Amino acid sequence: MTASLAGIPSTGPGPAGERQAGERPAGERPALVLRGLRKLFGPAAAVDGVDLEIRRGEFVTLLGPSGSGKTTTLRMVAGFMAPTSGSIEIDGSDMTRVPPYRRDVGMVFQNYALFPHMTAAQNIAFPLQMRRKSRSEIEKRVADALALVKLAKFGDRYPRQLSGGQQQRIALARAVVFGPRLLLMDEPLGALDRKLREALQLEIIHVSRELGATVLYVTHDQEEALVMSDRIAIFNAGRIDQLGSGEDLYDRPASLFVADFIGESNILRGQYERDGAGGGWLTRGSWRWRVGRASAERAALDTGSPAALVVRPERIRIVGSNDQVPAEANSVEAAITDVLYLGSDRKYGLTLPDGQRAAVRQQRDGAAGREWPSGERVQLTWSIDDGVLVADPTG
Amino acid sequence: MTESWRGPRRLLMAALGGLTVFYLLAPTLVIVPMSFTEAKILSFPPQGFSLQWYQRMFTDPQWSSGMLHSAQVAVLTAILATVLGTLAALGLTRGRFPGRTAVNALALSPLIVPVVIIAIGMFSLFVQWRISGSLIGLVLAHTALALPFVIVNVGTSLRTMDRNLEMAAANLGADPRRTFMRITLPIILPGVLAGAIFAFITSWDEVVVAIFLTSARFRTLPVEMWEQVRQVVDPTVAAVSTTLLVVTTALLLLLFVVRRQSPAR
Repeated sequence: MTASLAGIPSTGPGPAGERQAGERPAGERPALVLRGLRKLFGPAAAVDGVDLEIRRGEFVTLLGPSGSGKTTTLRMVAGFMAPTSGSIEIDGSDMTRVPPYRRDVGMVFQNYALFPHMTAAQNIAFPLQMRRKSRSEIEKRVADALALVKLAKFGDRYPRQLSGGQQQRIALARAVVFGPRLLLMDEPLGALDRKLREALQLEIIHVSRELGATVLYVTHDQEEALVMSDRIAIFNAGRIDQLGSGEDLYDRPASLFVADFIGESNILRGQYERDGAGGGWLTRGSWRWRVGRASAERAALDTGSPAALVVRPERIRIVGSNDQVPAEANSVEAAITDVLYLGSDRKYGLTLPDGQRAAVRQQRDGAAGREWPSGERVQLTWSIDDGVLVADPTG
Repeated sequence: MTESWRGPRRLLMAALGGLTVFYLLAPTLVIVPMSFTEAKILSFPPQGFSLQWYQRMFTDPQWSSGMLHSAQVAVLTAILATVLGTLAALGLTRGRFPGRTAVNALALSPLIVPVVIIAIGMFSLFVQWRISGSLIGLVLAHTALALPFVIVNVGTSLRTMDRNLEMAAANLGADPRRTFMRITLPIILPGVLAGAIFAFITSWDEVVVAIFLTSARFRTLPVEMWEQVRQVVDPTVAAVSTTLLVVTTALLLLLFVVRRQSPAR
């Protein structure tokens, strides 16, 4: 594979194996820095103060619901839109007011945006022609780029003669062929069906790693974000709610929004109380749940503030209503309302005594796999460390 | 297709359609056989068969110079109107500036304002500017009349074109000029050509403004016809009409072909 890349200049430090999140050679400039980026449309802020720093070779995804400002942010980085305030720095130079054609940034659009009057090869050659490369170099680099996306024999086809997945791969080849400093992708797989999407996710990862490209990726599909990214920025109402690895976001959500947006969550709302030992309690009516020290310290909430405890469905165990709950665990009574089989997993839908719904996921292997019938009264228990405390802005 | 579309009902529809076509075309087509008459005056039905009036059209200096002038004016009008109209359409569809709707209405006004009024206005102005009765004056006047057709055709192409393509071009390193030449223009070309053909036809058979803005030394074909018909009813007029008709029809067929060749589909 590496041989096919000979003509395509690398943008990063090297193959993926060598780069690792967190590792950063001293003095290396970040590939992209956004500072206080804002965009107003009339009085409404589409992007409301975004700060973000991306290392070279890193794959960062902007994830959020539609209208949360992620696409607007991407378009400002590409230069299609001027920010109302704030700055954009690419590779150490200020690009805030530089027109898009001088930013040296590749972009893949959701609807492919291939030029319909040019063949696949002509599309890929376009950015090289704009950079006044020699004819022989263009020919070589186009062939390499076509091979990179495994469409070596399709150079003479017009976009309308290619399938959606093939068009998107040509668009990817066109966006990387000139060795851009940054690769932007705006929901590039949004228009494709599920199977093709998954295959292309892997291909995009491979291509970007082989080139060592720095990627800023936009999607509203959380699974896609978790699969592809080194880090994910969760957008909410024009701001980044949390920035971290998929594991960070899933295991240690910093807000109710993130907990709710990434994965499935059981959210127990109540009032927070500190204790002397660095941890605390969440109380709700007659219930009282212990909050682990690490989580309490991260959330840093005051006594009396409305808060919520987030527990992932697979971290909860179901025990009989009369069984003893371990001292180091929290618990709550519940009644099983639905039992769903999901192949390797079994999923229970439950109702708490106050009517709130809850979900529990169990792997169907071995000892843990006792099956509970629908209608059964049970207790749900989870380790104190598996509950994540977050502020409850709605409370 | 339902049952009611078969049989007598369908025949009736065909008959009505045929009648409509006949009503639309008969006045135009009646002139064609009249141009091949042997008689010395314009008459219907024609007598015999002769090409003498076509020969006359090409040899008579008044007719042949009229044809030359018409072609010159129409070609120059088509070029000028296409360039200006394409630029105007770009500004009107892509631009964001105050008074855009007003400018759009103004640019399309020659479609609505009665031609006589335009003709009188231009005549009084062009006399002052000393370009009345000249090639340049008539080209300018016809360009104003033809502009709306170009703006509408090119504007439609621009609006249906995917804006992401221009963004992609900019992203890949093309400045606005190269984006236009390499991406936008090739994609809207069918619209531009359609606009050019409309502009040519608009000028080619325009008579009202031309009557005001031509002189005895500089006449276009439609004006020559107008002058001749008022004096003698000579069958050459029929030959000239047929020629105008053939050119216009050929161009409309070309337009049809151009529109089906859209590369974006």
